[in-house]
Amino acid sequence: MKPPPMTTRGAQWRRVDPAVATAFGCIILLLLLGSLYSSRFLSPEYLLQQLKVASFLGIIATGMMLVILLGQIDLSVPWVVAVGGMMSTAATGWGPIGEALAIPFGVLCGVGLGLANGIGVAYLRLPSMIITLAVNAVAQGLMVVHTGGFSPQDSSSAAMRFIATGDTLLGVPNALVVWVVVGGATVFVLSRTTFGRAIYGIGNGERAIYLSGIQTQRVVLVTFAIAGGLSAFGGILLAGYASKAAQAMGDAYLLPSIAAVVLGGASILGGRGKYIGTVAGVILITLLQSILSVVQMEETGRQIIYGLVIIAMLLLYGRERLAR
Amino acid sequence: MRDWRYRLGEHRGTLLAFVFFILMFAVYASNHPAGFTANVVQTAANKGVLLALIAMAQTFVVLTAGIDLSVGMMLVLTNCLASAIVLGAPAMVGLGVAGVLLAGLVCGAINGAIVIYGRLQPIVTTIATGAIYFGVALAIRPVPGGDVDSDLADAFTGRIWGVVPASLVALLVVVLVIWIPFRRSAIGRAAYAVGSSAAAAYMSGVPVRAASFLVYVLSGLIAAVGGLFLTFITASGEASAANGGSYTLFSIAAAVLGGVSLFGGSGSAIGAIFGALMFRTIGDLLFVFDLEPLWQPLFQGVVLLAAVCLGSVRLFQIRNRLDLF
Repeated sequence: MKPPPMTTRGAQWRRVDPAVATAFGCIILLLLLGSLYSSRFLSPEYLLQQLKVASFLGIIATGMMLVILLGQIDLSVPWVVAVGGMMSTAATGWGPIGEALAIPFGVLCGVGLGLANGIGVAYLRLPSMIITLAVNAVAQGLMVVHTGGFSPQDSSSAAMRFIATGDTLLGVPNALVVWVVVGGATVFVLSRTTFGRAIYGIGNGERAIYLSGIQTQRVVLVTFAIAGGLSAFGGILLAGYASKAAQAMGDAYLLPSIAAVVLGGASILGGRGKYIGTVAGVILITLLQSILSVVQMEETGRQIIYGLVIIAMLLLYGRERLAR
Repeated sequence: MRDWRYRLGEHRGTLLAFVFFILMFAVYASNHPAGFTANVVQTAANKGVLLALIAMAQTFVVLTAGIDLSVGMMLVLTNCLASAIVLGAPAMVGLGVAGVLLAGLVCGAINGAIVIYGRLQPIVTTIATGAIYFGVALAIRPVPGGDVDSDLADAFTGRIWGVVPASLVALLVVVLVIWIPFRRSAIGRAAYAVGSSAAAAYMSGVPVRAASFLVYVLSGLIAAVGGLFLTFITASGEASAANGGSYTLFSIAAAVLGGVSLFGGSGSAIGAIFGALMFRTIGDLLFVFDLEPLWQPLFQGVVLLAAVCLGSVRLFQIRNRLDLF
C-alpha cells in the first residue's frame, strides 16, 4: 500500500469534521446575534473574559472527553470538583508548607478518586455509570464529614487566586494559559502517543485492542485517574476564582461538561471525537450561558433554551446511522 | 416444574433484593425505639414508596438498554404542577390529577420521540430535555410553595383500617395496573428483547420502535405518579435542580440494587421497588443506631459502593479472559 499523499490545503479542508465546523459556526452566529443587542459582545475584553470563564469548564471537560472516548462516562465530576477545591483550600490552612503544596495536594485527591473509578471500571468490570455514581456519593460523604468534623479553612491561597484570576502578558488571563497548556498536552497525548491511540482503540472495541497486545485495563485505569485529577484541578481553579471553596461548587459542571464533549462531535459511545471539537463545545456553552444572562433572560428561559439548543444541534449532526 | 432453575435464575436479582430488604427492615424495626408499630411502618412506607416509584420509572427505560437522566426533573416538574392544580372542588381535583399524569406522559413521549425517531443517544437527549423540564418547573413555581388538596393527600399518605399504609396499596395498584400488564404483553416482551439485542429483535420482526417508545412514555407516566406522591407528602412544590439530580441518581442506584442490568434485557420493576426500599432503609438504619447525622452521607455512599461492587462477583465465573471485554 502506498502511504497517504501529503495533505494539501484542500485535503486539509475536506477533513474538517462537520460537527466541529457547525459548532464553530454556531459560536460565530451567537456572537453576531449578541452584537445586535450590544456592541460590547465583540470587544476583546468581553471575549477574553469569556475565554477565562470557559477555561474552568474546558479543563473539566478535557477529563470528561478522555473518559467518553473510552466509551465510558464519569458521573463523579460534581464531588470530585468539590474535593479538589475543598482539599486544596484546607491544605492552605495547614501553614506555609501546606500553602505551597495546596494545588498538587488537591489534584492528588482527585487522582485518588479517579483511581477508585478506574479500578471499578477496568478491573471489577462495573458499568462506569454506576461506579462513578457510587464514588461521587462517597466523595460527598467524605466532604460532609470533613467540613462538619474538622471545620477546615475554605478560602483559597494566593497561588490559587493567581492562576485563576491573574493576567500575565498582554492581558491574557492565566486560566486561559493553563487551559491552553492542558489542551496542548491532551492533543499531543491523543494523537502522538501509543497511550492516546489505545484510548481511541478501546472506545472502538476493547477486545481487538487487548488482542493486539495492549494492557487495556491499565489504560482505562490511568485515563480515569487523569480525568479525576483534571476535575479536581478545575475545582481548584474555581476555588481560586471565587476565592473560596463550597460544598455544591461542582454541581453545575457535570451536565455542561458532557454536553460540551458531545456538541463537539465526539460519540458518546466512544472511539470518535477530536479535542478541537470539545474546545468548540466548551466555548459554545459558555457563550450561550453568558449571552442569555446578559440579555437578562430568566433562569426559566435559560434552561429551556439551553436544552433546546443542545437537542437542535445534535439533530443537525449527531444522529446515529440507521442501523440494519 | 422442570424449568425451576431457569425461573430462579431469571428472578435471582429480584429475590436477592427482597431478602436483603427484609433483613434490613427487620433490623431497623426491631431496634426502633417505638418498636414495630403501624406508625413506624407508615412513615417508612411513605418515604420508600416515592423512591420506589422513581426507580420503577427508570427501570422501564433501562430494560431496553436505554437510560433516562430526566426522571428526576420530570418528578420535579410534575410536583410543581400538582402543587398548582390539584386543588379546589372535587371535580377540579380530579381534573388536576389527570392533568399531572398527562404532563408526565407528554414529557416521556418527548424523550421517546427524540431518542427513537430523532436517533439521538438517550444519555445526552435526556440531559437536554431534563434542562427543559426543569425550566418549565421553574416557570410554574419560581419560589417554593403551593398547596394540595389535603383530603386526597391524607388518604394517600395515611393508613387503611388503621393498619395498612395507603402508600403501599397505591404502589401495589401501580404495579398491578401498569407493570404486570406490560410484562405479560407482547410489547413488554419486545422491550426485553430490544434490551438483549436490538439487532436480533429487529431481525425477528419484533416491534422495536413501538416498544422503545412505549417504555419512555410509561417512564414519564410513573415519574408523574411519583411527582403527585411527593406533593401529597410535602403539600408544596419546589423547583430545585439539586433535588431533581439526586432523584435521578437514586433511581439508577435503586434499580441496580434491585438487580436490573444497565446493559438491558434483564431485571424487573419489582426488583427495583425492593432495591429502592432497601436503599431507603440504609439511611434509616443510621438513625436508629444513633450515629451522628454527619456520617450519614458517607455511610450511604460506602454501602452503595459495596453493593455495586457485588456486581463483579460474576468475574469469578469467567473461564475465558476475552469474555471480560
